[in-house]
Amino acid sequence: MVEQVYYWQALNRALDIELAADESVIVLGEDVGLFGGSYRVTDGLYAKYGEWRLRDTPISEGSFTGLAVGAAMVGLRPVVELMTINFALLALDPIINMAAKVPFMSGGQFPMPLVVRMPGGVAKQLAAQHSQRLEQTLMNVPGLRIAVPATPQDAYWQLRQAIRSDEPIIILEHELLYFSKGPLEVGLEAPPMHRAQVRREGTDLSIVTYSGMLDVSLRAAEQLTEKGIEAEVIDLRSLRPIDWDTCSASLEKTHRLLVVEEDSRFAGAGAEIAAGLTERCFFNLDAAPQRVAALELPIPFNASLEAASIPRIADIIAAAEKLCSP
Amino acid sequence: MESDLLKNILRDMLLARAFEERAAQEYATGNIAGFLHLYPGEEAVAVGVLRAAEPADYIVSTYREHVHALVRGIPATVVMAELFGKKTGCSGGMGGSMHLFDRERRFMGGYAIVGETFPIATGIGYAIALREQPEAVICFFGDGAVNQGTFHESLNMAALWKLPVLFVCENNHYQIGTEIHRHSAVTEVYKRASGYRIPAQRIDGMDVLAVHSATQEALAQIRAGNGPQLLEFETYRFRGHSMADPGSYRPKLEIQAYENEDPVKVAIAETLAVYPSTEQLAAVGVDNIERLQGHLHSGGQLTLEQLAAIKAEVSEEVEAAVRFASDSAEPTLADAEAALTCNRRGEVLV
Repeated sequence: MVEQVYYWQALNRALDIELAADESVIVLGEDVGLFGGSYRVTDGLYAKYGEWRLRDTPISEGSFTGLAVGAAMVGLRPVVELMTINFALLALDPIINMAAKVPFMSGGQFPMPLVVRMPGGVAKQLAAQHSQRLEQTLMNVPGLRIAVPATPQDAYWQLRQAIRSDEPIIILEHELLYFSKGPLEVGLEAPPMHRAQVRREGTDLSIVTYSGMLDVSLRAAEQLTEKGIEAEVIDLRSLRPIDWDTCSASLEKTHRLLVVEEDSRFAGAGAEIAAGLTERCFFNLDAAPQRVAALELPIPFNASLEAASIPRIADIIAAAEKLCSP
Repeated sequence: MESDLLKNILRDMLLARAFEERAAQEYATGNIAGFLHLYPGEEAVAVGVLRAAEPADYIVSTYREHVHALVRGIPATVVMAELFGKKTGCSGGMGGSMHLFDRERRFMGGYAIVGETFPIATGIGYAIALREQPEAVICFFGDGAVNQGTFHESLNMAALWKLPVLFVCENNHYQIGTEIHRHSAVTEVYKRASGYRIPAQRIDGMDVLAVHSATQEALAQIRAGNGPQLLEFETYRFRGHSMADPGSYRPKLEIQAYENEDPVKVAIAETLAVYPSTEQLAAVGVDNIERLQGHLHSGGQLTLEQLAAIKAEVSEEVEAAVRFASDSAEPTLADAEAALTCNRRGEVLV
């Protein structure tokens, strides 16, 4: 049965199912309990599972994330909610130095069934300290896996898969996606967690994107049709690992690559995507890969400057036209 | 104290000293590289604390953890092999001196970022509390770690949720080269626990029996469901911070004063059945003679011959560990790959 649900509801459903299925699943974070989560993701779960499994924490991101690492080492399956990726900067030691290292440094003795969820991205006038994306900070860490669900269905699938995995996984959500609606079919079989998906077929160029930029890219692709350009749009769904094969197959058909990312351009996720696909598909490419990315600016508070700082539909259209011009 | 336990304590301390001194030699000859933080001078803490713990308790340690691992029962062979970076090491050669792990013995690792042991231990304590088990977590840290945010954040959560964690401060008075009165506004570490209503005491960390009995009492409180406890053991490292540090920032007189209280010598004196010689009495210092005599009358049970036999035994154990480490194979890149991905359990990623 297909339902139309909000993205936060899909995450909530995934948590509810996994909390019910396995007593070792716990949820930790600021206001995840009694309050129900800043974006409602844990709505109703505190009443159902109690305070030991839905734990409201003090504002101590470094230590409650580290606490989750310790708990995972003895078999709990913690799901940490960081209120935003900006606060994750205070938890990089447990994420990078502990969760990503302990399984390896112990010679594989300790699985790390840890999930850390957090929204990133530019929302609406939250200013520079609350508008970072930072996915590249986590991408360069061997031992971590990063999922970037762009739809309610993926949010549901990937969170459930992450909870059941024995490896540390970051679920990078997006503040503007929580209240977007989409179809959710609970019984549908999930694809592998890190497989990319072609969201729109096309022949003239491949737009490779993820998270909040998927919707912007799809809308740009619709408008490109009017200009006689058929764009294929690939939703990566994951930033570590990256499903190169799905992208390469698309480039064999289109021969042109446009990466669209909300993160700032320099040394961003798009740099790795463009480099990885250039290495793999160089002789299939008819033009140098291009990136549409955010400006090299902390995000301004002012609404129109904020909008101008990150890729807009018009930016994608202009880049696609340029890429496809003979 | 019963005789077997006393002998075990003494044996642990002698093994610890012999192992560390031998590791220093192997470092000098190039068989061990990287950072090597040695424990001589602090043995009474590891031995006293861990001999009071149960096998079901969890141990979380720092980068100065070889002796914690040995006392916990990880064989000297696999600890030395890990120091050598060999495949047979307790972390498969992937961790090294600062990252010893042993799942079976609940030795939850050595952590080399100062202050990381607090959240790890608190998390294990959370799991124990959730499952309502009679277990405890022992969390080691140095005096330098108490100025990290994780100390305060974790003590707060441990106290708030009454988690079964014993915080054990090995106060050797120096964070590398900076003495405690230059890094801490309050130099009595145990007093900081009062900010979180965690019962805490300062104990002489050069006296293994005092360490042992304080730990027993603290663990009893924890097992009674009274929440976390903190013990500060005042101790001293005879060597520099690591093999890269000669420790020259410390006054000679200070080092000598602590060497007079060498915990291994004190433990021997406490365990021997013979009355100490005039020289031995002089060596332990005026302040300790009374204490020494007190232990003697109540506890001493070991003959000089037995002591010599234990020394020979630990010496051979350390030599065997070095031979084992030398003869062991290096891990391969495939081993490294396996260490990273072996917990994937066949999961298909893409």
